[in-house]
Amino acid sequence: MESDYAIIGGGVVGLSVAWGLLRRGLTVTVIDGDDAGLRASRGNFGLVWVQSKGMKQPRYAQWSQTSAALWRGFADELTDLTGTDMGLRQDGGYDLHFSEDTLAETVAKYEVLKGQLGGDYPYEVLGHNALRKEEPNIGPKVVGAIWHKQDGHANPLRLLQALADGVRRKGGRVLTGLKVLSVAKADTFTVTCEDGTTLRASKVVLSAGLGAAVLGPTLGFKAPVRPQRGQVMITEKLPKLINRPSLIARQVDEGGIQIGATNEEAGLDDGVTRKGLAMLAQEAILAYPALARAQLVRSWGALRVLSPDGLPIYQESPTLPGAYLVTCHSGITLAAVHALQLPDWLEGRPDAPDLEVFSETRFS
Amino acid sequence: MREVDLIILGAGPAGMAAAANAANLGLSVLVLDEQPRPGGQIWREVERAAPIRGDILGKDYTEGARFARGLDHPRITHVPGASVWQVDATGEVAFSKDGKTEVAHGRRILLANGALERPMPLPGWTLPGVMTAGAAQTLLKASGIVAERAVLVGSGPLIYLVAAQMVRAGVPPLALVETQTRRDLWRGLPHLPRAILGMGYLLKGVGLLGELRRAGVPRFIGASGIVIEGSDHAAAVRYVSGGASHRIACETVLLHHGVVPNTQASRSLNLPHVWNAAQRCFQPVVDTWGRSAAPGVFIVGDGAGIAGARAATLTGSLAALAIARDLGTLSEADRDLAARHLRLRLVLERAARPFLDRAYPPCAEALAPADDTIICRCEEVTAGAIRRNAALGCLGPNQTKAFGRAGMGPCQGRYCGLTVTEILAAFHSQTQAETGAYRIRPPLKPVTLGELAAMEEQTEGMG
Amino acid sequence: MKPAFRDLSPEGPRVTVRFDDRDLALREGANLAAELLAAGVMPFRRTPVSGAPRGPFCMTGACFDCLIELGGVTRQACLMEVVEGLDIAMPKGRRDA
Repeated sequence: MESDYAIIGGGVVGLSVAWGLLRRGLTVTVIDGDDAGLRASRGNFGLVWVQSKGMKQPRYAQWSQTSAALWRGFADELTDLTGTDMGLRQDGGYDLHFSEDTLAETVAKYEVLKGQLGGDYPYEVLGHNALRKEEPNIGPKVVGAIWHKQDGHANPLRLLQALADGVRRKGGRVLTGLKVLSVAKADTFTVTCEDGTTLRASKVVLSAGLGAAVLGPTLGFKAPVRPQRGQVMITEKLPKLINRPSLIARQVDEGGIQIGATNEEAGLDDGVTRKGLAMLAQEAILAYPALARAQLVRSWGALRVLSPDGLPIYQESPTLPGAYLVTCHSGITLAAVHALQLPDWLEGRPDAPDLEVFSETRFS
Repeated sequence: MREVDLIILGAGPAGMAAAANAANLGLSVLVLDEQPRPGGQIWREVERAAPIRGDILGKDYTEGARFARGLDHPRITHVPGASVWQVDATGEVAFSKDGKTEVAHGRRILLANGALERPMPLPGWTLPGVMTAGAAQTLLKASGIVAERAVLVGSGPLIYLVAAQMVRAGVPPLALVETQTRRDLWRGLPHLPRAILGMGYLLKGVGLLGELRRAGVPRFIGASGIVIEGSDHAAAVRYVSGGASHRIACETVLLHHGVVPNTQASRSLNLPHVWNAAQRCFQPVVDTWGRSAAPGVFIVGDGAGIAGARAATLTGSLAALAIARDLGTLSEADRDLAARHLRLRLVLERAARPFLDRAYPPCAEALAPADDTIICRCEEVTAGAIRRNAALGCLGPNQTKAFGRAGMGPCQGRYCGLTVTEILAAFHSQTQAETGAYRIRPPLKPVTLGELAAMEEQTEGMG
Repeated sequence: MKPAFRDLSPEGPRVTVRFDDRDLALREGANLAAELLAAGVMPFRRTPVSGAPRGPFCMTGACFDCLIELGGVTRQACLMEVVEGLDIAMPKGRRDA
């Protein structure tokens, strides 16, 4: 059986793209790995985030903004079909600061970016007292925060499940428990898996997270992705303590408070360390002192899929036209544009978004 | 950081035996246990309760007292009320005691965490008033408290023991609703000759059944279609047995269909585990000394494979011999000599297992619960939700957990893991081994953020 | 609620323990979950997922159904002992009050 698209990697990125292609009436087969695989889609922080992105590349800031703006419609459509609520809240989010200096530095950088974006960068600087009105439980050591109005958060696991459900309902084929060994091209692509499964497709999208580092070069990509570990913690379910998310902590819709994250070059080690947990706990308590009494229930290490500059990579293979690399470390934020705009780029439509800055040519 | 030769997790039969032997062989030992007094579960509170209730609880229980006394040794430090929340293969153990975390290092680690009751998801099993048979036994042992209007449901010799103890306490159960069938008993018979080696166990079991018969405790065999009724509290048990429907009004329902190894710590070390088909559970891979795939980590007792308290003392002692040999306080020849009679006794202790495992298998309908039965107690996830996620491509418990939250609660899958594995295996026509189990990460037990934040640098480059 | 448990050895010094708005006379040094059961306390908590009532299930510290709150920290009652002046409550879960 042949599909228009074979998508290698069934995480949030692959499934978002699959959903988008199916919406346009194309046929899709998604190939996904097994239960034990390293999956950034399972371990991320769930932010739908604009601020602090693209500080050195305004186009990335714009891409994130577009996605954040499209997220509500994207989520609603998925909810209509599957009945699953993504728990999206777009009420803004904070960059919390413990020193006036770092706060001022960041504001200065944001002002520069704001200028580059033609003024479309709605944020407000809150001093401690103003922040306290919004967040009654904020700690005394937090001198202030930058409240960016385009930030938000969702339930990333329900997004993953809803996409898995929605893709199937729209007629997509999703094959799980497979490992892709090779991709060959004659007039169509043939994808061969370890267990002998083969499928054919007119086009291939490689959205396999860290797996692209191995498979990518065989498809003509540089695929310079590396793992960066973020240790994340989550507490027992608690009464409402935190209204808006920040990179330090957010209260998830289920009631637990999620705390993150470290930035470690730990290779493929997705474990946690006492040092990491202690550091995260200290920072969380500085931000929200009431958390000192909260019980930690779970922790994990998630491996971010990072390109050298941290920006996404969208690239058509120079040696195998019709094969595309799609990778990023903000798969939740970008889920909406991956579903609603990236397919136009994959199809080579004239109204496709300009993604030139995200090509691999920037790595040389 | 506290440095010892051997850190033992668990002061039950295996842990106590290992500690005493290791100390006698010249090793410094740190025993960490969650309970305020030693004994584990089988010998829970034995030091306090044996003199008071020994006649109700029986000799198998009271003999635990001498093992508890064995912890009183100059080279053993026993820390009760210690909640171990992280173990690593380099020998570092983080535990919480009185609101403060301490990290200790052992040149060898011995996991003696024992067993858990096999999860038994039946309709209504989350109602107040529903407990495990083990819980009822603990209440009796540790607190002298007996459930007044109780029905025991499930299969396995523990049901008979608990029922007999309740009879002796003057509060007999209303009935035993047993899920094993006559055919299960026939299936066990080929293993009966071997079980003769463990004649003591069999005779005890026969004795218990006689006690229950003389006390007039009703027994219903081959029960199925079991439903626990009640809105805010358990109020009755409905079931079919002998071709007829039954309903017993009650206040407490005690569930049991076997115990399974507590693998939380061994899983958190990413050690290999195998599926034991006869006992229908996962257990860690260990050699004949109890050494795991990580050379510094030993796993003994029921936590390595279900075999009971006496076998646990033997495997604990064998590991102590191997560890002493590792650390140079025992020669290989002396180690092997001492091991011989332990291994012989172990054969006897394990002899009755094959018969018991087949004669009293797990309750079939609890292994394949109906769609609307809750299987994850913490997050209230139903069997139907698991099956729906299986249909969405979830092949194993970890993706299933991500899709539907089963396993995300504080118990970290202790009471849902095996059920999820069974449901997924059945759905995908895979073996339980192929399906796998939850990835377990610290904290093994909850610990407050304040306590984590206050952890001092215990080692250079703490990690 | 009439206790569903009989206490075989109710003698021994008792101390006052406060559970939410009730004062209970529990045996000093005894297992807290057991004493609460014997005193007829049920349920111990309501789940933060659906508000369903729960009581002790395993009595071994593995199931977390016996959670209570002490000093703002949720703890397992089956791993605690009765001491004079214990002031405990049903865990708040997700409720604000």
